Amino acid sequence: MTGHEFHEEEALGKAYDARLMKRLLTYLHPHRGVVVAAVLLLMATSLLELTGPYLTKIAIDRMIANKDTPGLIRIAGLYFGALMMSLLLGYAQTYLTQRMGQEIMVRLRAQIFDHLQRLHIGFFDRNPVGRLITRLTSDVEALNEMFTSGVVAIFGDVITLLGIMGVLLALDWKLALVSFAVLPLLFALSLWFRNHVRENYRQIRIRLARINAFLQEAITGMSVLQVMNHEERSRKEFDRLNRAHTDAHLQSIFYYATFYPAVELFSSLALALVIWVGGGQVIQGALTLGSLVAFLQYVRRFYRPIQDLSEKYNILQGAMAASERIFQLLDTEPSVADGPAAAAAPADEEPPLIEFDHVWFAYHGEDWVLRDVSFRARRGESLAMVGATGSGKTTTMSLLMRFYDVQKGRILVDGRDVRLWPQKALRRRMCLVLQDVFLFSGSVAENIRMGNEGIDDATVETASRNVNAHGFVERMAEGYASRLGERGASISTGQKQLLSFARALAHDPEILILDEATSNVDTETEILIQQAVSRLMEGRTSLVVAHRLSTVASADRILVMHRGQIREEGTHQELLKLRGLYYKLYQLQYRDQETVPAAGPASAAS
Amino acid sequence: MGSLSTLLPYLRRHRRTLGWGLVALLLSDTFQLIGPWVFKMAIDGLEGDANHRRLLVIAGVLLGLALLGGLARFYMRRLVIGASREMEYELRGDFFDHLSRLSFSFYNRTPTGDLMARATNDLNAVRMVLGPGIMYSINTVVTLGAALVLMLVLSWKLTLVSLIPLPLISVFMYHYGRIIHKRFEEVQSQFSEITARAQEYLSGIRVVKAYVQEEAASGDFRERNQDYLESNMKLVRINGIFHPGIGFLAGAGSMLVLGFGGWLVIQEQITLGTFVAFNAYLAMLIWPMIALGWVVSIFQRGAASMKRMMQILDTEPDIVSPDSPTPLSPVPVPSGDGHGDGPSARPEGYALHFQDVHFAYATRPESDVLRGIDLTVNPGETVAVVGRTGSGKTTLVNLVPRLYDPTRGRVLLNGVDLREFPVEELRSRMGYVPQESFLFSRSVARNIALGNPNADPEAIHRMAQVSRLADDILEFPDRYDTMVGERGVTLSGGQKQRTAIARALLRNPGILILDDALSSVDTRTEEAILSGLREYMRDRTTLLVAHRISTVKLADRIVVLDEGRIVEEGSHEDLLAAGKSYADLVRMQQLEEELEAAL
Repeated sequence: MTGHEFHEEEALGKAYDARLMKRLLTYLHPHRGVVVAAVLLLMATSLLELTGPYLTKIAIDRMIANKDTPGLIRIAGLYFGALMMSLLLGYAQTYLTQRMGQEIMVRLRAQIFDHLQRLHIGFFDRNPVGRLITRLTSDVEALNEMFTSGVVAIFGDVITLLGIMGVLLALDWKLALVSFAVLPLLFALSLWFRNHVRENYRQIRIRLARINAFLQEAITGMSVLQVMNHEERSRKEFDRLNRAHTDAHLQSIFYYATFYPAVELFSSLALALVIWVGGGQVIQGALTLGSLVAFLQYVRRFYRPIQDLSEKYNILQGAMAASERIFQLLDTEPSVADGPAAAAAPADEEPPLIEFDHVWFAYHGEDWVLRDVSFRARRGESLAMVGATGSGKTTTMSLLMRFYDVQKGRILVDGRDVRLWPQKALRRRMCLVLQDVFLFSGSVAENIRMGNEGIDDATVETASRNVNAHGFVERMAEGYASRLGERGASISTGQKQLLSFARALAHDPEILILDEATSNVDTETEILIQQAVSRLMEGRTSLVVAHRLSTVASADRILVMHRGQIREEGTHQELLKLRGLYYKLYQLQYRDQETVPAAGPASAAS
Repeated sequence: MGSLSTLLPYLRRHRRTLGWGLVALLLSDTFQLIGPWVFKMAIDGLEGDANHRRLLVIAGVLLGLALLGGLARFYMRRLVIGASREMEYELRGDFFDHLSRLSFSFYNRTPTGDLMARATNDLNAVRMVLGPGIMYSINTVVTLGAALVLMLVLSWKLTLVSLIPLPLISVFMYHYGRIIHKRFEEVQSQFSEITARAQEYLSGIRVVKAYVQEEAASGDFRERNQDYLESNMKLVRINGIFHPGIGFLAGAGSMLVLGFGGWLVIQEQITLGTFVAFNAYLAMLIWPMIALGWVVSIFQRGAASMKRMMQILDTEPDIVSPDSPTPLSPVPVPSGDGHGDGPSARPEGYALHFQDVHFAYATRPESDVLRGIDLTVNPGETVAVVGRTGSGKTTLVNLVPRLYDPTRGRVLLNGVDLREFPVEELRSRMGYVPQESFLFSRSVARNIALGNPNADPEAIHRMAQVSRLADDILEFPDRYDTMVGERGVTLSGGQKQRTAIARALLRNPGILILDDALSSVDTRTEEAILSGLREYMRDRTTLLVAHRISTVKLADRIVVLDEGRIVEEGSHEDLLAAGKSYADLVRMQQLEEELEAAL
């Protein structure tokens, strides 16, 4: 499911925006040769399609009038030739424009995707993935429609129109002007139609969005509605929205039902004029019969492009709105960027040292999540962070990875501010293991390797063995080649965790950042996980958000966090002796684990 | 296609409108078909004894026909397409009605996105059948048939010759239509693939960044992007020939008319007017030929979508009222505090009995969540249910408003099985505060009055006071009229819970169910709410799921659940003295409180 945003009431703006159009045209620039070729082909096919009536005129006036059968066959042959040409050129033109459209889409999608990859994590906190996917898919598709069918078709329609006008004027300029007499009427009609339909279209979109938002909400909260005996009233509310939507459609049907017949009526008016005036000219001998027939056929073709043009309006409008959203996304600057001083990491022999130096951080405004946090980790030292939910442990980890930038103070890795590291070089030294393990669809080995080709099969297996993942992987149908389903749904939570440990161990990072999961797993898995965690931390600089007593106890030092501050610091024994916060936390959360290793966190720790 | 027969009742309801729409359609086609014949008369006249007067008459007739044809088309569109929109409206309404009858278990196993897709995309595909599908299929058949007849009347020889390419159009449409369909499906599956990939990488952006996989992800995405381009181009290569191809075949017909028809004119077998009219009729055939394939695909897609909608519409709700329900009226209604208008409390009130209740979710029928619960809650009594996560507390209380029915055993209300009462009436006696409070995007007042739409502002305010929400509301920009959700204020977890509590209290229920309803409220507010609730709960049968001892202490009796069984039962003091799991829980809580106090 691509995550539709039923709440989004799309405001449709102008169908043409010079600023946006200018920027959109830059995408055409690399294809300018193709554009020129396509335009020429389009002109050729549009004009070739106009040959039919003219050849008919010649046939009537010259061949039929003179009973010239061979000439007639020649004309038919000529017509066939024109058809063949039109077919080939039309195909070439379609192929070229479509290919161009596809290539532009590929480029745009890649550009959007690359840009998204550069944006910092805070951006993803604010923007649901579904919305971003819409930018990548439907919005890009809307632009393609504009490039391939919208603009091209409009161009073709205009050429056809001008071509017909030219031919008519050449055939008989007076009669041509007579047939053009209806044009102002038609123009006014199109304007009327466009204005009404635009507003109406917007109304329909808004009302449909309301229906869908209501529906989504009702489906999600159905049990509440039912328990509150609200079904009947929900139905009534839904009916009101449903009716409003239908009414908007009925209104739109009125416009369409008026517009199309009216266009045809005007077209018939022009035809009647041509028959009356042109017929009179034929009687007087001022016009040939063949010209009159050609006139009738041309005038009938005259109105189709005009009708089309009005319809293309919606495509343009949609494309402009889509491009606006896409460009807005592309213009979002990543808030976490490599600074100007960023350079390649120095080949430093000094041990990596993590240092938080009076760090203050807030996700929003002055809502401090971390207040004046300072601590250090020497090379090879493992730190465990403990504390209640919301005390700032996870934030501390995110800051070390530089998913966000701090507001005050600084974070140093290897003695250098993380803001002065190239982000990628910084992150390459670390491995992050999250509570909610994210597995990509791919094989087990691919998920462990994470695109790092330097990790060979033997390393993958050794890492898995060391974190107790080898056993269950081997039991899977295809071992390490087994595919994991969407978000790794086919294996258990505990197994996912073991895999994420294997992933981290295979990368053998200098710094391990681990957010221990609290989820309940069975005793056997729990023991496997405990062993794996201590192996991961062994001799490695680690920052661990700990939920297990075994983890806390095996850490070199413990940071007790509360409400964004470090309240206590020391080893397990030291802190216990202190009889302070840690002691109480220990009593509360960890003491049970001494006897029952498999027990999850006590239910009281809510 | 069989699934479309479900639409018959809808069509029948609009048969008059559709009937007139068809009349308009036939008229419109007729007027349109007369047109070329008038041309014929004009041209033939011009070759013979035409004069200006006659030309004017012909022009007039042409205009008159256009006017009538336009009117007919106006009504055709309004009636037929209008009816389709009306039927869409009815279908959507029926779909929603049905959804509102389906039970909790249905929503547990059906993703919201899936239901939304059926209510939007599928409904739209069905609407296409009812409107354009019907209109164009009839139009196509009529125009094709009538134009053919007229052409045969004009010149059967020319008809036969000019129609040579027509079967080719159909063969062409059929052949390429199938290939296009196949390639289109390929494009669609590539599209899902690319979407799924992007979704995955963006959802896992933290991991991507942490493992410095941005470039690998981009590379992978680029590759799939390119694959998508390839399959699109495969479609374009075949699709690109489609329209020019049809144009070519249609043009070939015109060419034959030009050559052979011209020869017939020279031979004086037909008149020049016939020749011109013939051309016009031939042009009329092209669009229906193209539309034919389009109409077929509308029907195919519509049938598939209708089938998907039927899967929902045919789902029977699990929780329904019995055919001959036992009325709930003899059950006495206790007085409502703060609602002086109710009858005074009677000691009998509502009694609940769980008799050997077992329950397993349909998704995991092999593992029982409740295993033989026997529990009595006396009228006016407050029973607290405690136990660790997954012990079955929520499931137990969900059985009371019949969100689920037990898989074995019974739940009785005053000695009668819950399943024997009318569901709406049963639920109307209850105030239920679920674990996750769900607020709707409407005003605060309307959220509180969800179960009592006619409640006066005074009563709403009183309940907001009891649930300690009133002070918060005074801070909101529009007080009680403040919108909740995206277009208004975003409430905190605690505020949401208090709204849900006020909502339940306002119902003046005989049975109150609080499922961990104070978990997001801080201890001080909890204290305040509890002191208000204590009074309120006195005459009401109350089931209380809670974690905090301070809340639990309020209960007359405490039940400790573990793995779907009752392991302890008694008063706070009794259980404390027993020194088992409840006593452990109390000890933990005290530590926690000390911890809290130390900070």
